[in-house]
Amino acid sequence: MSGILNSSIGRKFAMALSAFFLMIFILQHFAINILSVFSSETFNEASHFMGTFWAVQFILQPVLIFGVIFHFVMGFVLEIRNNNARKVSYAKNNGRANSSWMSRNMIWSGGFILVFLIIHFIDFWIPEINTKYIVGDMSGMHNGEYRYFHELQEKFIPIWRVALYCVGFIFLALHLLHGFGSAFQSVGANNKYTRALQGFGKVYAIGIPAGFIFIALYHHFVH
Amino acid sequence: MNLTLKIWRQKNANDKGKMVDYQISDVSPDMSFLEMLDVLNTQLIEKGEEPVAFDHDCREGICGSCSLYINGEAHGPDRLITTCQLHMRKFKDGDTIYIEPWRAKAFPVIKDLIVDRGAFDRIQHAGGFISVNTSGNTQDANAIPIEKASADAAFDAATCIGCGACVASCKNSSAMLFVSAKVSQFALLPQGQVEATDRVLNMVNQMDAEGFGNCTNTGACEVECPKGISLENIARMNREYLKASFKG
Ligand code: HEM
Ligand code: SF4
Ligand code: FES
Repeated sequence: MSGILNSSIGRKFAMALSAFFLMIFILQHFAINILSVFSSETFNEASHFMGTFWAVQFILQPVLIFGVIFHFVMGFVLEIRNNNARKVSYAKNNGRANSSWMSRNMIWSGGFILVFLIIHFIDFWIPEINTKYIVGDMSGMHNGEYRYFHELQEKFIPIWRVALYCVGFIFLALHLLHGFGSAFQSVGANNKYTRALQGFGKVYAIGIPAGFIFIALYHHFVH
Repeated sequence: MNLTLKIWRQKNANDKGKMVDYQISDVSPDMSFLEMLDVLNTQLIEKGEEPVAFDHDCREGICGSCSLYINGEAHGPDRLITTCQLHMRKFKDGDTIYIEPWRAKAFPVIKDLIVDRGAFDRIQHAGGFISVNTSGNTQDANAIPIEKASADAAFDAATCIGCGACVASCKNSSAMLFVSAKVSQFALLPQGQVEATDRVLNMVNQMDAEGFGNCTNTGACEVECPKGISLENIARMNREYLKASFKG
């Protein structure tokens, strides 16, 4: 067990675990966001619960932040180490012949996701933390009603932000098109279910980001 | 066929090396790629120039010594073959062909197109064996019954010829396909169980120490491997490694 993170397979395993965690988180995030399309009230209640319930705020949220940071730091570490494993590059290399573009460019799709996440934090997370823990207003209310739905609507009025979010989700889709199946292989799951799982992975990798894009566009056009 | 060859020339391990252009004519489509290089070398020798150094031995796809990164792919454009099994009919008259050595920090160039694959030997020494004494008292092969599926999978893994195409093709220069084939061929059989824990730990440690990169599951190795070694072996090695790490 000693120093498992010092071995190539150990690092790979840790990378996959953080990725599984992120994929489950994103599913949950999507489930709450999509409520905003159907019912502003349910969305408000779910948001208020997530934003104020202690276990979410003080256990899940720190774990999530750790998970995200671990994932991208480890991603960069692996990329640097892997680049160092080949000092002289090929004069001609035909990567397309044997692997997908997505699989060869995880660092780029991941890097753009990171840029998106920083903007996303500035847009939503920092104002939330400010309202709740610096101003100290835990009520979730504004002018006598829940503020969450209105804040969401307002954020998606400027077309530049909608466009930026769409691009962010396209990169997420590219990342997951390789990442979903890759994570299972990393933890050693390659068996008779793998083909079906890969198929499901494609649906997940395109479906979830497309859903987020739909939500952003919906609030841009309907408010 | 008339061809333009762009070949990596490097005098020795310390030389910087560079790509050099050569023209070659009257290449028959029925020649193997190595025969084409033999023709080039004959011409170079006749002109008093240094012939191109490249690795080869069996010339029938079993020893794994021929290497060569041809037009951006290990062993060239064909599938499930080594370079000695590649034919010139895969190319067209007038083509330009890039010929480079395997590139990986763990496979340093010795001369021209020849690299030192000693790292693979050291990985094998670290655990790619069983210590059951079989000399002089060979048992009947069927004394220990083995499930057909396991026997087949072990056999498939054992067909790895240690050529290094997996490392050369991998964007991370990872040796995991090779190591996983060696781990799997024993892990699947009862004879391999005695040293199973130490084997996978020691072989992976040696692999890391040699400076190979980390697998990111692009699958390039599986496509370029002349023996069709499957990614399932890497998944098996990952399981074996995790199991072994928790044990000891
Ligand atoms: C924050 C910015 C991110 C960066 C810089 C990043 C970077 C990377 C890199 C470089 C890899 C390849 C490493 C490897 O295969 O060993 C990777 C794998 C992966 N990433 Fe990300 N990523 C980010 C965000 C995300 C997010 C938000 C998700 C999921 C919702 C995600 C899901 C995955 C998955 C599933 C894998 C495959 C894991 C594996 O092969 O074991 N990533 N990431
Ligand atoms: S796994 Fe395939 S490509 Fe790698 S060394 Fe063995 S035979 Fe060659
Ligand atoms: S020379 Fe033996 S495999 Fe090509």
